[in-house]
Amino acid sequence: MFEIGIMHFVVLSVVVFAAGICTLLTKRNAIGILIGIELIMNAAGINFVAYNRYVWGGGEAGSLIDGQIFTIFIIVLAAAEAAIALAIFLNFYNTFSSIDVERADEMKG
Amino acid sequence: MYLLLAAQSIDLGPVQPLLFYGLALLLAISAWSVVLSDNIVRMAVFLLLALGAVGGLYFMLAAEFLAAVQLIVYAGGTLILIVFGVMLTSKNPFLQFRVKLWERMVALALALTICGFLIFALVNTPLDGNGPLAPEAEYEQVQEIGKSLLSTYLVPFEVAAVLLLVVMIGAAYMARRRAQ
Repeated sequence: MFEIGIMHFVVLSVVVFAAGICTLLTKRNAIGILIGIELIMNAAGINFVAYNRYVWGGGEAGSLIDGQIFTIFIIVLAAAEAAIALAIFLNFYNTFSSIDVERADEMKG
Repeated sequence: MYLLLAAQSIDLGPVQPLLFYGLALLLAISAWSVVLSDNIVRMAVFLLLALGAVGGLYFMLAAEFLAAVQLIVYAGGTLILIVFGVMLTSKNPFLQFRVKLWERMVALALALTICGFLIFALVNTPLDGNGPLAPEAEYEQVQEIGKSLLSTYLVPFEVAAVLLLVVMIGAAYMARRRAQ
């Protein structure tokens, strides 16, 4: 119980993932949905780093930090996705004067 | 606090459980506060707390470089972007959208179901691994990350670079002021 193992980190990431799913489903503000996606990506990152620490590969070069490399790519993709999503929301707001996702039901603004 | 964690990541000793449970509590509470909050600005602040806690967990997992990247890129960059998005897309930053109660209930039930199934699957999976990797003693972390980014992971690294360029041009194009 008091020895922190991989299970603690993985269960914590499940809790964060569930919070992300719940945010994704309950928010009507488009930026709220984006925040939910960030939570889910962070849950994935915790998993990668925890497995990297406790279930590392062999001794050959590079294999000790594979999980950390994947987490770096997750962070890069999250930043790129946030930039694109906010540009889309800005366009949406300029067209409809609102960022309520319930009103985003036609392709041509 | 983070510097202290980094210095102690080699052997946290008896404080490790305390640190873990503290950070885990902060992360879980702020993540679920994001769900329960209706106010977009408060959600952004709770997200900041959650991202900081994840950075602390990365320090605990002996991934110092990643923790620094998490704090700089996520807490410093992505979150600022989100706050700017909030400011640019509402006349009233404290604008709230009403969500129906049954929608909340369905989402909560779905999240708890996923949570339950995942934890059930995890408890029934042996996850022993080969024990914690000795940090620092066996390898220089930043050096290893740099080496593998430019050898094993060269192609994804270059693709990510092109992706960032495309995203930058695309975002600037989409967010520009339209000619009336």
